[in-house]
Amino acid sequence: MKFDTPATQNPIDRMTVVGKPIERIDGQLKTTGRAKYAYEWHDDALSYAYGYPLGAAIAKGRIRAMDVSAAARAPGVITIVTSDSMPDLKTAKRNTAKLFGGREIHHYHQAVAVVVAETFEQARAAAHLIKVDYEETKGAFDLEASMEGAKKPEDGEPDSAAGDFAPAFEAATVQFDQTYTTPDQSHAMMEPHASIAAWDGDALTVWTSSQMIDWWRSDLSVALDMDKEKIHIMSPFIGGGFGSKLFLRSDAVLAALAARAARRPVKVALPRPFLMNNTTHRPATIQRIRIGAGQDGKITAIAHESWSGDLEGGGPEAAVQQTRLLYAGANRMTATRLAVLDLPEGNAMRAPGEAPGLMALEVAMDEMAEKLGQDPVAFRILNDTQVDPEKPEKAFSHRDLIGCMTLGAERFGWDKRSTRPGTVRDGDWLVGMGVAAAFRNNMVMPSGARVKLDREGILTVETDMTDIGTGSYTIIAQTAAEMLGLPLDRVAVNLGDSRFPVSSGSGGQWGGNSATAGVYAACVKMREAIAQSLGFNAESIDFADGMVISGDRRVPMADAVREVPLVVEDTIEYGDISEEKQQSTFGAHFVEVGVDIATGEVRIRRMLAVCAAGRILNPMTARSQVIGAMTMGVGGALSEELAVDKKRGFFVNHDLAGYEVPVHADIPHQEVIFMDETDPMSSPMKAKGVGELGLCGVAAAINNAVYNATGIRVRNYPVTLDKLIGALPQIS
Amino acid sequence: MKSFTYERATSVEAAAKAAASHDAARFIAGGTNLLDLMKLEIETPTHLIDVNTLGLDTIEATSEGGLRIGALVRNTDLAADERVRRDYGLLSRALLAGASGQLRNKATTAGNLLQRTRCPYFYDTNQPCNKRQPGSGCSAIDGFSRQLGIVGISSSCIATHPSDMAIAMRALDAVVETVGADGAKRSIPIADFHRLPGDTPHIETELKKGEIITAVVLPKPIGGKQIYRKVRDRASYAFALISVGAVIQPDGTGRVAVGGVAHKPWRLDAADEDLPSGPGRVTRRLLLDAEPTEHNAYKVKLVERTLGAVLAEAKG
Repeated sequence: MKFDTPATQNPIDRMTVVGKPIERIDGQLKTTGRAKYAYEWHDDALSYAYGYPLGAAIAKGRIRAMDVSAAARAPGVITIVTSDSMPDLKTAKRNTAKLFGGREIHHYHQAVAVVVAETFEQARAAAHLIKVDYEETKGAFDLEASMEGAKKPEDGEPDSAAGDFAPAFEAATVQFDQTYTTPDQSHAMMEPHASIAAWDGDALTVWTSSQMIDWWRSDLSVALDMDKEKIHIMSPFIGGGFGSKLFLRSDAVLAALAARAARRPVKVALPRPFLMNNTTHRPATIQRIRIGAGQDGKITAIAHESWSGDLEGGGPEAAVQQTRLLYAGANRMTATRLAVLDLPEGNAMRAPGEAPGLMALEVAMDEMAEKLGQDPVAFRILNDTQVDPEKPEKAFSHRDLIGCMTLGAERFGWDKRSTRPGTVRDGDWLVGMGVAAAFRNNMVMPSGARVKLDREGILTVETDMTDIGTGSYTIIAQTAAEMLGLPLDRVAVNLGDSRFPVSSGSGGQWGGNSATAGVYAACVKMREAIAQSLGFNAESIDFADGMVISGDRRVPMADAVREVPLVVEDTIEYGDISEEKQQSTFGAHFVEVGVDIATGEVRIRRMLAVCAAGRILNPMTARSQVIGAMTMGVGGALSEELAVDKKRGFFVNHDLAGYEVPVHADIPHQEVIFMDETDPMSSPMKAKGVGELGLCGVAAAINNAVYNATGIRVRNYPVTLDKLIGALPQIS
Repeated sequence: MKSFTYERATSVEAAAKAAASHDAARFIAGGTNLLDLMKLEIETPTHLIDVNTLGLDTIEATSEGGLRIGALVRNTDLAADERVRRDYGLLSRALLAGASGQLRNKATTAGNLLQRTRCPYFYDTNQPCNKRQPGSGCSAIDGFSRQLGIVGISSSCIATHPSDMAIAMRALDAVVETVGADGAKRSIPIADFHRLPGDTPHIETELKKGEIITAVVLPKPIGGKQIYRKVRDRASYAFALISVGAVIQPDGTGRVAVGGVAHKPWRLDAADEDLPSGPGRVTRRLLLDAEPTEHNAYKVKLVERTLGAVLAEAKG
């Protein structure tokens, strides 16, 4: 189905199943442990061996020699695959760091060997016996020190401009110029990367944990230099990804190589420290923001420049992205610069670009509002725009930032915020409120699905879409049930299998809207097939309660099925419509914090998110997405930082004791409001993404609340007590 | 994890003897720290002696009016004990500030005193660390040291002892009772139990080869306001950046021990004596010889302010 005109009335608009707060249909499988995750596939017919990876002990250099003699003799060891024994594996276009092979070491914990043994413990013990002789070379590990040599990236749209920023800024009555930093962050999802690989002749099956089945399949075929069609990927359940599982990782490659060498299926799970140093992370940024405005508070000039680093050939963190679209202002520029660093690969983490970009921009807006003597909510509303400010001819498909701000302010009790920082006390706590706008672009991706109707009237949906904890199973079932007028328990959903039609996958908050739109397309075909089978006119029939209805005729849907099930397949594809209007999602985050007056410990007291993201397909799973994102925002604001050892070139705090994500005790009452809206430009579902929107702006709102509580402005994240302690008021 | 042999101890004396007869034996009780370290091959014992069979899991009154806490009393049980809660509130509070419910159910009194540092370089076997591999150097001093020690440190090691419980034990003047490999009993005041790193940071306590802890004895209660304040980046399940354990009497005198700043619970008589003069003076005494790094210099001010809050709470 080609989506090239705005959606009109369609069966989804009935909202009898779609839009309802339905508990996730895979919930029971998960809570009872029956949902099988990548490492948990146990087929009795297969005799698994265990692979344990060894990571490079240096950040940059080369392997002079590897001695595996002691490891090879260790109990239970079947085989050892070493990097120096093979050429560099080909790097697929979506990977920057090479995943295995050769002698060159590009980053710490780059995989240099995998030991295969009868048990996990034997493999791990033997891996410790491998001796590697390295020749270490000097690397660049410090972003700030590398800023001067940073270059304009070749790909994408690193820079942009409209009007003439410099003179407009110069002429502005009120000028603001500040620099912010955000640290490297880790996805730190619960389930580490894990794969089981099994060869059958020249065909390979990999059970893994992947957000993007087809990307993995393609990229694994490049890495292994084999026919993509010979690879079967399975990833039906995923224990979190946050972008870390978008792109092929070393676990799958190591498992495949190890299984080939061992002539047995092999399981490989990356040890936790590998998550930080072997896989990807969100890169650190340095961001300079300049804003010029008239005394009336109207922005006349705005500039956002960002620096980040990555391995040679990598990409930048697109932290200036939202600044091109969020606020009005005739004169503007953005610039993105990329330094080469020899740290592990930087890449997408939940809301790449906007998440760190808003950490800076929305604090700058708070600072500017104060400078102008304006309320931060009013200042944002004043500078709202209904068109792309760089391309004023391009309107937003739907934009309700003002609605989010206004409703949020009212519900949160924003009028009770003291305009004088550091003046509200509650016992030993300094109390403050903060606000930030949320913004994340809405991307749409082609997405396919197959639907089958059997004689029992059960509709089965198959697509290689993934459920990374988001609720894909549930909203897909809701979509199919709505389209065919079936109760939810007549719909089965199978996901995460490369034998199914290629879907949008899960990433960039495009999955919910795109994958259900693909199911919508397939269901439209199914409706036609049913009509044809029953001899009904497809134009005038209705589907409800498991019945096909045409005028006075009511026929059970299963009657459309003769000897074999009805099977149809379709893919939603997008014409120029996604370019006609600017599609984005909007929100407002309100946060109240307490700061311990003695120690500077920051604790969240309450949070509210208001989201405008098109039709909400399931308010329960969407809410779960948003409160999870808000929680991630708390981590980003207050504790999460991959500490760089600038001498040795690696992330030091590479476990969950050292890399602190929020725990239950850190998260108080959270409230989420969804604006009642649809966006007919996005897809027939009229939905948009919300899973990343929930994160965008949270950290800035917290940081602004800390300022409101203490009068201390922290421009280097995370906002930890050591950055506050020197400026807190005297206590008696 | 390296292969090891395993036995269940039949008596305290036999356990001590067995431990002394192996090159690299370790006692195992809750295993909450040791097992993790073995998996990472930071600890590589060749023999494990399971002491969970030894009893030593009761809390009994002493004839001096104090409590004898068996080495194997679990952290959860110790924190919940009515006598501890009534007379040694500092100890209960410190215990409950540590780890998680699950870990406290397994972790023992003696094991808690013997837990290893949480210095991140100690945990990465690719990095030099004098504590893990004597003579290899210290990566932390010029590395990432935000959470590490500022006082009593050496050029070999700036690690801290991570225990909350030990801070309370130090302020309460607990005594560690042991049995040696030769069957001899001894009592070691907690002040002397943990060592400073010096140039042998791998030697962390005064325990001799084979020597096993049987109990920790608390002297009779000293009353006062007993406060444990743990400062950390998140609200739970994190090691202390710094912590302050204090017992403050109505007249303002008392004791204070500080965690998260040194290789052992940090308490000085001279600082105790200065308690009535307020947090500034006490902190200056406590941290007189502090040599913080750029990353952990904040701890000096943090100790002073936290102590100030503790003293204010004691007064209120």
